[in-house]
Amino acid sequence: MGATTVNNLMLRKLFLSLLGLGWASAASADWAINMPRGITELSQETFDLHMMVFWWCVAIGVVVFGVMIYSLLKHRKSKGAEAAQFSHSTTAEVVWTIIPVIILLIMAVPAAETMIKLEDSRDPDLTVVVTGYQWKWHYKYQDQDIDYYSTLAMPSLKARFKDSGADVFDVDNYLLDVDRPLVVPKGKKVRLLLTANDVIHSWWVPDLAIKKDAIPGMVNETWFRALETGTFRGQCAELCGKDHGYMPIVVEVVEEDAFQAWLDTQSEGSAQLAQAEN
Amino acid sequence: MTTAVADAHDAHDEHHGPEKGIRRWLFTTNHKDIGTMYLVFSLIMFFVGGAMALVIRSELMQPGLQFVHPEFFNQMTTMHALIMVFGAVMPAFVGLANWMIPMMIGAPDMALPRMNNWSFWILPVAFGLLLATLFMPGGAPASGWTMYPPLVLQTGDAFPFLIFSVHLMGLSSIMGAINIIVTILNMRAPDMWLLKMPMFVWTWLITAYLLIAVMPVLAGAVTMLLTDQFFGTSFFLAAGGGDPVMFQHIFWFFGHPEVYIMILPAFGIVSEIIPTFSRKPLFGHDSMVYAASSIAFLSFIVWAHHMFTVGMPLSGQMFFMFATMLIAVPTGVKVFNWIATMWKGAMTFETPMLFSLGFVFLFTIGGLSGLMLAIAPADIQYHDSYFVVAHFHYVLVPGSIFSLMAAAYYWLPKWTGYMYNETAGKWHFWTSTFFVNLTFFPMHFLGLAGMPRRIPDYSTQFADFNFMASVGAIGFGLSQLIFVYVLLTAKKGEEASDRVWEAPKGLEWTVPSPAPYHTFDTPPVKRVHEEAFE
Repeated sequence: MGATTVNNLMLRKLFLSLLGLGWASAASADWAINMPRGITELSQETFDLHMMVFWWCVAIGVVVFGVMIYSLLKHRKSKGAEAAQFSHSTTAEVVWTIIPVIILLIMAVPAAETMIKLEDSRDPDLTVVVTGYQWKWHYKYQDQDIDYYSTLAMPSLKARFKDSGADVFDVDNYLLDVDRPLVVPKGKKVRLLLTANDVIHSWWVPDLAIKKDAIPGMVNETWFRALETGTFRGQCAELCGKDHGYMPIVVEVVEEDAFQAWLDTQSEGSAQLAQAEN
Repeated sequence: MTTAVADAHDAHDEHHGPEKGIRRWLFTTNHKDIGTMYLVFSLIMFFVGGAMALVIRSELMQPGLQFVHPEFFNQMTTMHALIMVFGAVMPAFVGLANWMIPMMIGAPDMALPRMNNWSFWILPVAFGLLLATLFMPGGAPASGWTMYPPLVLQTGDAFPFLIFSVHLMGLSSIMGAINIIVTILNMRAPDMWLLKMPMFVWTWLITAYLLIAVMPVLAGAVTMLLTDQFFGTSFFLAAGGGDPVMFQHIFWFFGHPEVYIMILPAFGIVSEIIPTFSRKPLFGHDSMVYAASSIAFLSFIVWAHHMFTVGMPLSGQMFFMFATMLIAVPTGVKVFNWIATMWKGAMTFETPMLFSLGFVFLFTIGGLSGLMLAIAPADIQYHDSYFVVAHFHYVLVPGSIFSLMAAAYYWLPKWTGYMYNETAGKWHFWTSTFFVNLTFFPMHFLGLAGMPRRIPDYSTQFADFNFMASVGAIGFGLSQLIFVYVLLTAKKGEEASDRVWEAPKGLEWTVPSPAPYHTFDTPPVKRVHEEAFE
């Protein structure tokens, strides 16, 4: 991208921003404005909860702002309005206390149901110990004698520094790519045990609807069952020092046989490595 | 009657007017002088913290690293928050309390005037220390204003200065709060019983109790950090048998009431202003008091909703989710009462009213996103993302800051004796409102799409909304210069009458404009008092 195009793009975005019309800009094709539905049953439930509460909020907003705007338009002195002098109405106050309570109850029930499911990490098919480091992740497949670090991928690493001269728009998945992703099988219950080696980190992959803190000296537990194959990206979500923004998470969900094949290559690799070390 | 009171005051002034020069400000025990110092100090801090926000937004304008290193970026986010919370918003409310509470309850001054002087003068020292850390080896604190260990223990030479300045801020707040409580409970005019107090006085009374309850908790938490760092204790270090999460529980036991410390006085301010410009009494005065008290009580039992991802037992998460949702009820009552106050009024739209209406609209948006955040499973997605950044800036900027602006415009003529420049005020409001939304609304989308907070650089799919937010932030920053212009020209307008506005309620409007150096040396008699509330 040449300097002129960058400037034009900047001007265009500036103009649109000032109009408050940024979202009409075609500068980037890939804009998400909402939470992803994700690829697990619970991520989809979380998404539905989010949308339910969102629409309730919209409804409340329409009513409250509607009444307020009506009043702002009608009850103004310049329209010759005479001020009434009432200052109490027990009925109104009871009504607008009870209705919110009912709405809250409607929200609370499904929220509690999802919460209970999120915490049920019994009977996993696979357990991975995730350890946060400043500033990378370490994955250990508990029953498979496989473990490795996962760090920021080289193209992003080269482009991330000040004065790197690189155009980050040319880097695929800038800051969201790693050298070795976490590989998991589709349809299996994967339990994550999270901890950290130095400071608190947080393992967040929006498509899995998982965000769990990795805390030094403690072990946290969470789980997911991916229903689709693909590559899913996330980031550390807890401020963990200067390179907090540079320790992404990539989860590769593969079919079960592909996962087995991957396991085989990995354990061979580890065995060779162990031999070489001996 | 008013004139008689005023004459008495004028005569008095000649004997006990302010001292001249620097001594007036250093040694003053006058609530108006101290109030002014608080307000000026907080305005300066508002610009210092704002400049830091602009460093943050400049870096985030485009993906890639352009201006600062990640270390410095983290220092900016940390310092921006500490300065805005403890240096701008809180002292501004204390300044208003100093100026207005004695005049609203008919007291001659604050109950403890020497302590009042002391609680102000601690602040420049506290913030001098905090700002000095920018020039120390290792730089300023960079662990976020929440100071979570173990990360905060990696702070360089700045660490003890951070702790000490937080101690000083807490000391100042506690002294201010004690003073306000003693003043309100002991120095009200005869016949002003508690439920007759103006709403601003009420919300400040509740706020002051919150301050006394939680500032010592913060002091305790940071002291434990200090001993962990220097004296070999392990309160928060797992290696020595401590618990890093314990700090978060203690911090948020302070931190959540702190949120209401920054919004309850704002509720009080708009509850004064909306009735004046609707020409109608405040709807449901007593239910406003009960709602504010309920919010204050609930604020103590919801702290762990900041911590849904730390790994709490299910029952704990349920409790904090339900308790948090409950806060929506009294908060809703507040909003409905303001709208009912406007309903069938005869509204005009001077600058204080505009800022108050902006407050009601935009604070409600922040309240609704707060309700979304209460839903624990969804919060797990929102937590530590830009959605949260959007939420708390909506309640703090067009919430707390707009209410402060409203208050400044509302009482400025009473303070200076002249009307401010209304056209400039309106420009200030409309530009601020436009840009504050341009800054913070896109952040909701960024957070939902997966952008974590406190990162100096981001993936390219977040570029456009970040660009909008940065343009908005620069615009918002420039808009505040209009406010400076208004202040600099505050004495160039017409002379203000004693009542200033058409139908304001309260004792502060019975004294002359500008308010004389000493007011209510003798308590107002019942008749004045009743006229003031007619």
